[in-house]
Amino acid sequence: MDQYLEQASTYAGSVDWLFWIITFIVGFWFLVAEFVFFGFLIKYRRKEGEKAGYVTGTKKSEKKWITIPHLLIICCDVVLVAGAIKVWNEVKLDLPEPDQTVRVIARQWAWIFEHPGPDGKLDTEDDIRTTDELTLQKGVTYHFELTSRDVLHSFSIPVFRLKQDIVPGRTIKQWAKPTKTGTFDIQCTEICGIGHGLMGAVLHIQNEDDHIAWMEKHTKTSQANTLLASQ
Amino acid sequence: MDATTTATTSGHTESHGHGHHEESFVSKYLLSTDHKIIGMQYMFTGLIMALIGGYLAYVFRMQLAYPGEEIPGYGILTPGDYNSKVTMHGTIMIFWVAMPVLIAAFGNFLIPLMIGCDDMVFPRINRLSYQIFLISAIILVASFFVPGGAFGGAWTAYPPLSATAEYNLTPLGAPLWLIAVALEFVAFLLGGINFITTVMNSRAKGMSMYDIPLVVWMIVIASILFMLSVGPLVAGAVLLLFDQIGGTNFYNPAAGGDPLVWQHLFWFFGHPEVYVVLLPAMGIVAEVIAVFSRKKFFGYKLALYTTFATGILSFVVWAHHQFVAGIDPRMTNLFTVTTLLISIPIAELLFLYIATLYRGSIEFSVPMLWALGFIATFLIGGVTGIYLGANGTDIFFHDTYFVVAHFHYTFFPIAIIGMYAGLTYWFPKMFGRHMNQTIGKIHFWFTIIPFNLIFLPQFLLGLAGQHRRIYDFSNFPQLSTHELQHLRIVATTSLIVMLIAQVPFIINFFYSIFKGRKAEKNPWKANTLEWTADSPPGHGNWAVLPDVHRGPYEYSHPDRDEDYWPQDEPSK
Amino acid sequence: MSSTTFPRPQATTRSVTGISTGKLAVWWIVASEIVIFGGLLVFYLLMRFRHGDPWAEAATHTNIYIGAFNTFVLLTSSLFAVLAHQAAESDNGKKAARFLMYTIGGALMFLCVKSYEWSIEIEKGYVLTKNVFWGCYYLITGLHGFHVIAGAIIMGFVAKDAAKGKDLQRVECIGIYWHFVDIVWLFLFPLFYTTAAG
Repeated sequence: MDQYLEQASTYAGSVDWLFWIITFIVGFWFLVAEFVFFGFLIKYRRKEGEKAGYVTGTKKSEKKWITIPHLLIICCDVVLVAGAIKVWNEVKLDLPEPDQTVRVIARQWAWIFEHPGPDGKLDTEDDIRTTDELTLQKGVTYHFELTSRDVLHSFSIPVFRLKQDIVPGRTIKQWAKPTKTGTFDIQCTEICGIGHGLMGAVLHIQNEDDHIAWMEKHTKTSQANTLLASQ
Repeated sequence: MDATTTATTSGHTESHGHGHHEESFVSKYLLSTDHKIIGMQYMFTGLIMALIGGYLAYVFRMQLAYPGEEIPGYGILTPGDYNSKVTMHGTIMIFWVAMPVLIAAFGNFLIPLMIGCDDMVFPRINRLSYQIFLISAIILVASFFVPGGAFGGAWTAYPPLSATAEYNLTPLGAPLWLIAVALEFVAFLLGGINFITTVMNSRAKGMSMYDIPLVVWMIVIASILFMLSVGPLVAGAVLLLFDQIGGTNFYNPAAGGDPLVWQHLFWFFGHPEVYVVLLPAMGIVAEVIAVFSRKKFFGYKLALYTTFATGILSFVVWAHHQFVAGIDPRMTNLFTVTTLLISIPIAELLFLYIATLYRGSIEFSVPMLWALGFIATFLIGGVTGIYLGANGTDIFFHDTYFVVAHFHYTFFPIAIIGMYAGLTYWFPKMFGRHMNQTIGKIHFWFTIIPFNLIFLPQFLLGLAGQHRRIYDFSNFPQLSTHELQHLRIVATTSLIVMLIAQVPFIINFFYSIFKGRKAEKNPWKANTLEWTADSPPGHGNWAVLPDVHRGPYEYSHPDRDEDYWPQDEPSK
Repeated sequence: MSSTTFPRPQATTRSVTGISTGKLAVWWIVASEIVIFGGLLVFYLLMRFRHGDPWAEAATHTNIYIGAFNTFVLLTSSLFAVLAHQAAESDNGKKAARFLMYTIGGALMFLCVKSYEWSIEIEKGYVLTKNVFWGCYYLITGLHGFHVIAGAIIMGFVAKDAAKGKDLQRVECIGIYWHFVDIVWLFLFPLFYTTAAG
């Protein structure tokens, strides 16, 4: 999957790994089924003078062609379930201790990000508040506190393989640890009204030096942003 | 039992003019209680709605291929309107095309004929169900033209967006949408009672449970699934309607409500609903495959049991639509297990279909092309569901075009391919004439190939992270590349080709109704009872209702010269 | 219901299962209605567990005496429906119709009492939009009341025919539906009228 989309978080690789496991297993059965299907169509097409067979599917010798694949598929499913739960737990259940926490406020139709600023703590004087622009540092473990001001939204960063719906009235926590620098898309992935398509935001992942410089530059201007966003 | 009814012999004579009362057009076609006419009413309404649904797809796909440009035959599509088009496309296709055509049209037309009786057990309730359905369709279409426009909160209508006019900006469209959907549910509840009760009680003498054709079983099981699953959504819809227009706060978290409960109530129905439409389509395909391979259906009882299993399991998978919705993350593991489990009986069912082809004598007639096309494409839909049922990968794929491609690879085979398979197969029985087979084959190829070209690119778009319900991707640099735009244009162009290809079908269909080559009773040499009635059957279906002596799939029996053995033929 | 000359198809008179067609249909209707009310009650229960004490506090403002009286009225009306069925079984259409009218009388009393009850509550300010508890209260008992009205109307038609000795098998069918409406109320009564201690 990474040909289509870079991996930029520590768990993106796990999600992609599961994708490939599913593809191999499911792809195998798909090809077998289509191959047998088209094979039968060719082999048993109507021919002059040849009558069809009378095959009820009730005899054991006939049923085994169904029950054996059936059992094999059950085994494959066990593998898939195990893989799915493993990846899910890694991304959604086993939240590691955060180095920093960022607050994400979704509203019709913009993203407000409250970064902790140089002191690394949220809700302090030096917080940096931005609209539609999230700036993180590579190698830092982040928790995101997701809240909404109005309707359902969904915080999605494809290169992280992160996605979580945001429900008004509650705060939901997600985590990610960026693994490469760059500029990437943030999406809203739950229809939230006519401006849903406008809810793109930009993700900047910086190395340590650049990130310190960015914080220095922005920490005092957070006051101006606060005014804008509090409508 | 029924002490006061006089048992009428069938053939309350009517439509062939030798009855003592001639019926007016209105009473014969608009107010009829005859199951065949009611089936046709549902069919034509569904087909008209399909045209509307297809047009909506054309409009929003043009916007996606050529963002911001004026769309021929529409104009400029604004972002709000885009959401409405997408919402109404999904809503119409599921509730006003797939369900009426597959269940109500084929169910009404076929069930009494295939079980050997003269009508449904409650003809007047049957008529009422269509009338309610028609009203629901009118309300839904009317919602396009009210101030504020049609509802645009997706066919899933999640609150708080759907509950609050300040958020959704469609103060009339939203409640009208909801009322239309609720009425449609009432219509199908009424219809379902007829289907289930008729098949349970009114079968021909000699027709045991295992002599019932699979399509009848499938429609009955689908009706049962519908009746037992729609209740919670009716409840949720009443709550939502009151939030919309009554000032209540059932789904408003700021006042004590919970938006997530809607999702549970919706999907508790929403998942069985996909089987509600899948089963009739599979039933149609089963009939066609058996007839055109001259083979007994492989493992009839096994097919029944896997269908029961699928039906039961379908009630415990719903939250796979909500993996990232904010439900307890531990719960999702449970639903991944059940969801991957349900793939097993469905896979088994598909294997039975493929096995029926084994040692067959396969004729590639038009209905058979559609039935085979169903299997080939539904397989793609089915296997791509695994990526979504596995919660670990659904984190990425949820709300992307991968989902859109998956459900079109299931719904299109169900609603469109299944419909065409049934229509081309039973057309001679419905109208007493044949459709042109050459046009039929051209129509098939020019539908199925473009269909694949519309949706295969969408899997790739999903892999690239393209999300749903977005009218213009220029706000997302990673999604604004030339390669991805090229894929969107391929999809849109293929859609236009596919829509144009439906024109020869429409012409063929209507021309053949009036001028097609006349059809005899049993042109396909099939076993099931409907082929022993006239083409088309008169009111009451037979002068004397048939008895049944064997199962429906005795094709190519070794003891017979003929390669078919009608159900009503007495054993020697 | 409509013209008496509607010719019933043979399909209606067959009975492969041995159960009459009308009775089968009513059971399926009841099954689908159970899931509807089930959905509403699930919503109620989820809200109750989430909200805890404030919810219980709201429930103390419903009048348990009126609720209990209405429960008694409905149960009695169900008894009359049973007696109507008995009469129909012995082919006594006139008697069956009379008992059905008593059942309808019970329904009307239920509805009158409920209107009175609601008017008191509305006067006190406990309206539909006050909070989610009251929203549930009015909506769910209201929907139940709608089913009472619909059932009573259908019962009236059945009674009219039964008095003429016609279609007596429908007395049992409407009775089944009526018992269902009754049983739904038996679920609603404890949920809306009795609260956790205090």
